[in-house]
Amino acid sequence: MIALEKRPEPSRTFSLAAPLLAVLATMLFGGLLFALLGKDPLEAIRTIFWEPLFGEFAFFYRPQLLIKGAPLVLIAIGLSLGFKAGIWNIGAEGQYIMGALFGAGVGLAFYPMESVFIFPLMVLAGAFGGWIWAMIPAVLKVKFGTNEILVSLMLVYVAEQFLASMSLGLMKNPEGFGFPGSRNLQQYASAHNAELITGSGMHWGVVAAFIAVIFGYVLLARHRLGFAIRVTGDAPRAAAFSGVNPARLVLFCLGMSGLLAGLAGVFEVSGPAGQVTIDFNVGYGFTAIIVAFLGRLNPVGILLAGGLMALTYIGGDIAQSKLGLPAAAIQVFQGMLLFFLLAFDLFTNYRLRLGRTEVA
Amino acid sequence: MTQPLLSLNALTKAYPGVVANDDVSLSIAAGEVHALLGENGAGKSTLVKMIYGLVRPDSGQMHMNGAPFTPSEPRAARAAGVGMVFQHFSLFDALSVAENIALGMENAPKLSELSARISAVSEAYGLPLSPDRIVGDLSAGERQRVEIIRCLLQEPKLLIMDEPTSVLTPQEVEILFKTLRKLSAEGTAILYISHKLEEIRTLCDNATILRLGKVVGHCMPRETTAREMAELMVGKLLQTPTRAAQPAGEVLLSLTGLRAKAPNTFGMALKDISLELRAGEILGIGGVAGNGQDELLAALSGERPAGRGMVVLKGEDIGPLGPTARRARGLLTAPEERMGHAAAPDMSLTENAMLTGALRQGLDKGGFLNWPAARQFAEDVIKQFDVRTPGPHAAARSLSGGNLQKFVIGREVMQRPEVFVVNQPTWGVDASAAAAIRQALLDLAQNGAALIVISQDLDELMEISDRFAALNEGRLSDPRPAQGITVEEIGLMMGGAHGMEVAHV
Amino acid sequence: MDLSAINPILFIAGFFVAATPLIFAAVGELVVEKTGVLNLGVEGMMIIGAICGFATAVETGSPLLGFAAAAVGGAVLSLLFAFLTQVMLANQVASGLALTLFGLGFSALLGQSYVGVKPPRLADVDFGSLAEIPIFGPIILSHDLIVYLGLALVVAVWAVLKYTRIGLVLRAVGENHDAAHALGYKVVRIRTLAIMFGGACAGVGGAYISLIRVPQWTEGMTAGIGWIALALVVFASWKPFRLLLGAYLFGGLVQLQLNLQGAGVAIPVEYLAMSPYVITIVVLVFLSRDKGAAPASLGRIFHASS
Repeated sequence: MIALEKRPEPSRTFSLAAPLLAVLATMLFGGLLFALLGKDPLEAIRTIFWEPLFGEFAFFYRPQLLIKGAPLVLIAIGLSLGFKAGIWNIGAEGQYIMGALFGAGVGLAFYPMESVFIFPLMVLAGAFGGWIWAMIPAVLKVKFGTNEILVSLMLVYVAEQFLASMSLGLMKNPEGFGFPGSRNLQQYASAHNAELITGSGMHWGVVAAFIAVIFGYVLLARHRLGFAIRVTGDAPRAAAFSGVNPARLVLFCLGMSGLLAGLAGVFEVSGPAGQVTIDFNVGYGFTAIIVAFLGRLNPVGILLAGGLMALTYIGGDIAQSKLGLPAAAIQVFQGMLLFFLLAFDLFTNYRLRLGRTEVA
Repeated sequence: MTQPLLSLNALTKAYPGVVANDDVSLSIAAGEVHALLGENGAGKSTLVKMIYGLVRPDSGQMHMNGAPFTPSEPRAARAAGVGMVFQHFSLFDALSVAENIALGMENAPKLSELSARISAVSEAYGLPLSPDRIVGDLSAGERQRVEIIRCLLQEPKLLIMDEPTSVLTPQEVEILFKTLRKLSAEGTAILYISHKLEEIRTLCDNATILRLGKVVGHCMPRETTAREMAELMVGKLLQTPTRAAQPAGEVLLSLTGLRAKAPNTFGMALKDISLELRAGEILGIGGVAGNGQDELLAALSGERPAGRGMVVLKGEDIGPLGPTARRARGLLTAPEERMGHAAAPDMSLTENAMLTGALRQGLDKGGFLNWPAARQFAEDVIKQFDVRTPGPHAAARSLSGGNLQKFVIGREVMQRPEVFVVNQPTWGVDASAAAAIRQALLDLAQNGAALIVISQDLDELMEISDRFAALNEGRLSDPRPAQGITVEEIGLMMGGAHGMEVAHV
Repeated sequence: MDLSAINPILFIAGFFVAATPLIFAAVGELVVEKTGVLNLGVEGMMIIGAICGFATAVETGSPLLGFAAAAVGGAVLSLLFAFLTQVMLANQVASGLALTLFGLGFSALLGQSYVGVKPPRLADVDFGSLAEIPIFGPIILSHDLIVYLGLALVVAVWAVLKYTRIGLVLRAVGENHDAAHALGYKVVRIRTLAIMFGGACAGVGGAYISLIRVPQWTEGMTAGIGWIALALVVFASWKPFRLLLGAYLFGGLVQLQLNLQGAGVAIPVEYLAMSPYVITIVVLVFLSRDKGAAPASLGRIFHASS
């Protein structure tokens, strides 16, 4: 009989191989899916993966990679810190929205004043907004032991309602001809999160994302807190023995992930999105969870995974217009990617054994 | 002679590295209360698992009422009339007593009928228990009653009880004994596993004593003194201590009335523990597992805060301090559970070295960790304590139990503690490595550190302790000089003879 | 603002329609969580049910067949989750999210040719002259079969969990999977069956939205109701009747919001829309202080080590 047996050591090879295997398996099954939809699988795969990077219009699409990837990476880094310690922040979407609202709110409050201080203040406000939104589940968990998955999730809906309320009410553009939505921040120079190098897609959010990756890497590899996170995730009793304070860890991890999500929100609303509208949020907070897992909760992995996800988004758009591939197919593709990764991940810690095992 | 109910003949069972049972024979008659006596690791659990069908013997035979008895699984054993009450209960806290019992039965009757039967049995055998109560609300003694009634409802011919009184209050023990006597009078045989000598002398008709997998004696407890039984259990090779008490230095650690609630239902509360520990001395604390050793360690390591004034280190009340602060002040500890508590299984030895060594080895500079230095520290430990492993990069879980133990102890010893508390320092370690560990502990004391060594290995404690105390049911006996202590005294201290008023017939 | 525009009878009757999808999804998840598994993929299973039901109803002309297909669809999708978490021992949170994502995408794919199509109508149950009873009739007796099925399901789940052997075993597995395993119960098998039940229920709930409440097919039409179902299970402290209460509360709030909007009421509708979620959080806090409510093994991975 086949049994699963725990490996004496987590397998390094599989640790690296699992994501690659997952990508390959997804391409295979994804290709099958596309074939079933009547599209040439090879061409579809090529369009999704190769075209945005090296195709005809790559100069246009490559910046898009940065634009779409930055918020994913930024949020995912924050999430991964918590996930590694077994702290589940599912409400990043809500923290992202609140960051955007706080940031945009500060910016709009200053209108029409122009000053070099406005943008930094907005960024701080955005970070604060995300942080405080994540502190709610954090404090509830520390004080009452409330499950952070459900609280953070419920707060997403609350945040969405705030967003709607602001777009239609307090933040509504007085000169907007009655249309819902705030003033366009892209036209307000002091508040605009402009591209640092025109045409590169690199705005402050992208810079922040790269900084976050470095920050995450250094924290996990070299800092006491990062070590505490890793030990808590592996063996909570050993963490307690070592002297880790679990409450402080919860506050830190949730707070940090909220802060980073909030940053992503303010960068997005003052940059690529431009204004506060009801449907300003496009699900980055949830997709970032997938990116975190795809990246195996490792900062460099997340950078790559974020890029990969962004690639599938953009490639998917191209495939939609060029090949008539339905947008939903990309969602299926992304879901498959996560499925396969989760499945292959098993073999990092277990191996198949044939034969009988004796009960001791 | 009437046929015995159960007879075991030359049963042998070996596992890689250890012979758990070596040519064990015994027989139990109907209605007999038979004790199975021995230290931890003597082979009692394995023997009983064979009777209950959880394990197959390598050789030997079992007979029930003269017919061959080879249960392939617990179900078969139950069908043959064997009931077992484990030391660790399989109970569901959120469910009621009746529901729990129903789950453990093959063909459970309807809940209402079952409740009636439960009430009847509980009354008949003097085990007060209401079928509707939620198990989570029950005391440990009441939970055990659920397990016992579950067995009794199947009308067993042989009832096996594994360390039944370890979680009971004296009053509950009395109630249990009344029940067991009634069962015995009705013809049910009882196999009673324990190391509590006074209880066995009170309750049991016959006893079989195991040591290191072999039967070392049979006796009739009522006609045997506790001393004789203790001698059989620990082996006549027990040396009286050769280590003369060292001149003691100043008091480094003092515990005053240390009290702590049990951490969970299976834990043990600490009751009023007081001691003074001086520099250069080793205090050995003996006692069977489950009497508060883990809890005592947690109170000393800082994982559980202690009340005001209960734990004083070098004149400072460290009760509210956590592990890191205590390490800073020179108090280090090593818990019993290596994998998952003393070490994180999936992390490398370097990382595990950082786990406790960060502070005292200077591996943490302003929050940033010095991994190369940690690696060096790990390598030093590995070399000094002869840890068999490919290197410091190896994951803790890849090490054998003994090697991991060497690493974990070595890690603490090499941090030059002023006070060191260790729980089961040489458990599972081979003889030469154990000797090295003991020597390291002795050297620490020689250099002025104060040690508390908690262990179930009496030989070891006798070899290294200056003073000796026993931990029993969360209480610590008065420490007395180890030199000159008799085997009988030890056995009685550990068996909890002090305080056992109620087991008298 | 014209409150008289709100017909109280229709208003309350509307609760039932609003609550039914929630009831199905939540009661299914309740059973799953009772066995100790947290399936965050409810949204995915609901939307798959919505499209399977819709497509089948349109193709066969029978809405009832549609509901049956929805149950099957939901159950099949949930098998993926069961495989990942019970066999491959994957993390339950990530697996559930993967399920939702996959379900949303896959359903959109399947539903492409059904946008804008009108499904066959499911007639209300005919209670004859009983439906004429003032107030009681129009509120309680004017609904379709599925509404009543939902209520019956809640009662059935309650009865099974409380009084039957299988219910007892289910609860035991969720309480202490190690002890259940030690007693010889097949934990993985029981959990997989429960997961499939949850999937089937969620599927039916989703189909109710596409076939009756709206009724039409749009991508992502479940709009987060799966997440509310999850919150509802906790709100109900894993007790079936409390779940019913909660579903009507949430359904009622949705109704209120729509009606107030229609009547031109000035209260910012968004704050009203927030309230179910805020209330849930408050309830969660109170519940967590009383540790006893949740199945003790909820979310923990089970690996038979013997």
